[in-house]
Amino acid sequence: MAPDPSDFLAVDAELTAEERDIRDAVRDYASAELAPRISEWYESNTLPRDIAKGLGSLGLLGMHLEGYGCAGTNATSYGLACRELEAVDSGLRSFVSVQGSLAMFAIHRWGSEAHKQEWLPRMATGEALGCFGLTEADAGSDPGSMRTRARHDGDDWVLDGAKMWITNGTLAEVAVVWAQTDPDQGSKGIRGFVVPTDTPGFTANEVKHKLSLRASLTAELVLEGVRLPADAVFPEVTGLKGPLSCLNEARYGILWGAVGAARACYEAALAYAMSREQFGRPIAGFQLTQRKLAEMVVAVNQASLTAARIGRLKDAHELHPAQVSFGKMANVHAALDVARTARTVLGGNGITLEYPVFRHMTNLETVLTYEGTEEMHTLSIGQALTGLPAFR
Amino acid sequence: MNIVVLIKQVPDTWSERKLSDGDKTLDRASSDAVLDEINERAVEEALKIKEAGDAEVTILTAGPDRATDAIRKALSMGADKAVHVNDEAIHGSDAIATAKVLAKAIGTVGDVDLVLAGNEATDGRSGAMAGMLGELLGWPSLTHANELTVENGTAKAKRETDEGTSDLEASLPAVVSVGEKINEPRYPSFKGIMAAKKKPVTTLGIADLGLDASEVGLAGSLVQVDSFAPRPPKSGGQKVEDEGDGGAKIAEYLVGQKLI
Repeated sequence: MAPDPSDFLAVDAELTAEERDIRDAVRDYASAELAPRISEWYESNTLPRDIAKGLGSLGLLGMHLEGYGCAGTNATSYGLACRELEAVDSGLRSFVSVQGSLAMFAIHRWGSEAHKQEWLPRMATGEALGCFGLTEADAGSDPGSMRTRARHDGDDWVLDGAKMWITNGTLAEVAVVWAQTDPDQGSKGIRGFVVPTDTPGFTANEVKHKLSLRASLTAELVLEGVRLPADAVFPEVTGLKGPLSCLNEARYGILWGAVGAARACYEAALAYAMSREQFGRPIAGFQLTQRKLAEMVVAVNQASLTAARIGRLKDAHELHPAQVSFGKMANVHAALDVARTARTVLGGNGITLEYPVFRHMTNLETVLTYEGTEEMHTLSIGQALTGLPAFR
Repeated sequence: MNIVVLIKQVPDTWSERKLSDGDKTLDRASSDAVLDEINERAVEEALKIKEAGDAEVTILTAGPDRATDAIRKALSMGADKAVHVNDEAIHGSDAIATAKVLAKAIGTVGDVDLVLAGNEATDGRSGAMAGMLGELLGWPSLTHANELTVENGTAKAKRETDEGTSDLEASLPAVVSVGEKINEPRYPSFKGIMAAKKKPVTTLGIADLGLDASEVGLAGSLVQVDSFAPRPPKSGGQKVEDEGDGGAKIAEYLVGQKLI
């Protein structure tokens, strides 16, 4: 039988029936409920909050976490969900990544029992939204240099500072905020706090004028004398291990998501090439176009295989963060290449919102940078190979 | 309340659907198979009854091994258990032979109050199953329901036709077939998907149903397919030149087609 153009190496044939059902559920939901509205959201730079309820009832929010109303799927299923969402738009996958892998994972992994009981069930349904504040305007790849401070005042904690590039910051009911509690200790002084966003002194300002990830809301969080009770802090984790464990989860979702974005671009280019006629025949019949199509299908399937393998490693609890770096670096890079190539196949139509390609391409510029820049992931792999950290 | 929902795995309407040259039955290998969408509406209606009161929902299908995918989808939506009649001998059954199999299989479920089905499958399109089953079971059948309420041992349905709306009513047990407008089926949740694989599926052969191979399948069917031809390709259509009377010409055409 001829290979399926949408899954040339039949990578999904290795999935279990349950994993395929989850993939199909997300694909059906996304194509019926989200895809028809995505261009409008992108153009108007919005993402309505009410999508959270639908995603929640499907079970997408915190889907790979156990208990507290979460679905408790395996990691491969979570990856597939990210792939199918990002095939529609990276903003949608970002929404789910931040809620499930950053905010909910942080509370699930590091929160007290009271934190979990208070927040996770409502976050799983989409009734409550979370965000994750680590990056600052002047602390990106080097989060240890953050300037947000948490000081003891009696039994309370008082937080001051600002966080930048915070997805869902303006929508969230709860923010997981990482702050320096003791500058003398360097990054070891960093601790995480569960901050209800209606706490006095907390404000979220939307970041406007983005040319990428426009179907996603991005914020600056400002903390001015935000007073929290003693039990707002994550009880047992200090240092960058806390936030990095969460980022590792989110990066895992991204390396799958990038496959979806790449596939969508390649499929759009293939369909366009088959129907667009120049010189009296479909441009798909020209050798230069076929080279592009062949290169794209190879890139998409290689990325798909990479994601599938990393998924199995994660499900076996054998996944090393450098392997996540491998996947994030390789797959986002591949997706961006595919998007740019696909754009050339679509010619002038490629730059419009009528086709998904340019939207994906500009989104992927963000995806390349957030959750660890391509440069940092390269150095993470370099360190794993040599034992020599090149960034310190 | 004990509800049985009939489901059918059909070739995806988006894929190319073919009959096999040999016995002129569906060429299953040539197309993707999916749970027929109208069946999802039947399942949804059963789940609504279950959620409003207390009911056990049993999925029933007759089909080959891969029909388990369709069963799993119905179970992941929230049905409780399933009966899968899977027997080579059924291959090629026409509507009446299929109705015999399903009627016997319904008998294995216990005291059934309500059988729900789609009004017509997208492949065979006989649209007769609910009526035939009612006849075989000796139960009333309310077909093409676009609205259904079940209470106090009575099923009430609304059927919309070109002429108007019929109000139908029958005492249980009854067979009800649902139309496209009855509801919007839910998406299976991940929890539902994960629970589905733990739900009981009983697989039965025709011997378990007390049927003989001569009563079902190609041999036991009254309808035989002698020959078939693919649908002719779409013609170019009819072009209307607008010389100031375009609207009138279009109206004339539509009247000619009895569309207005």
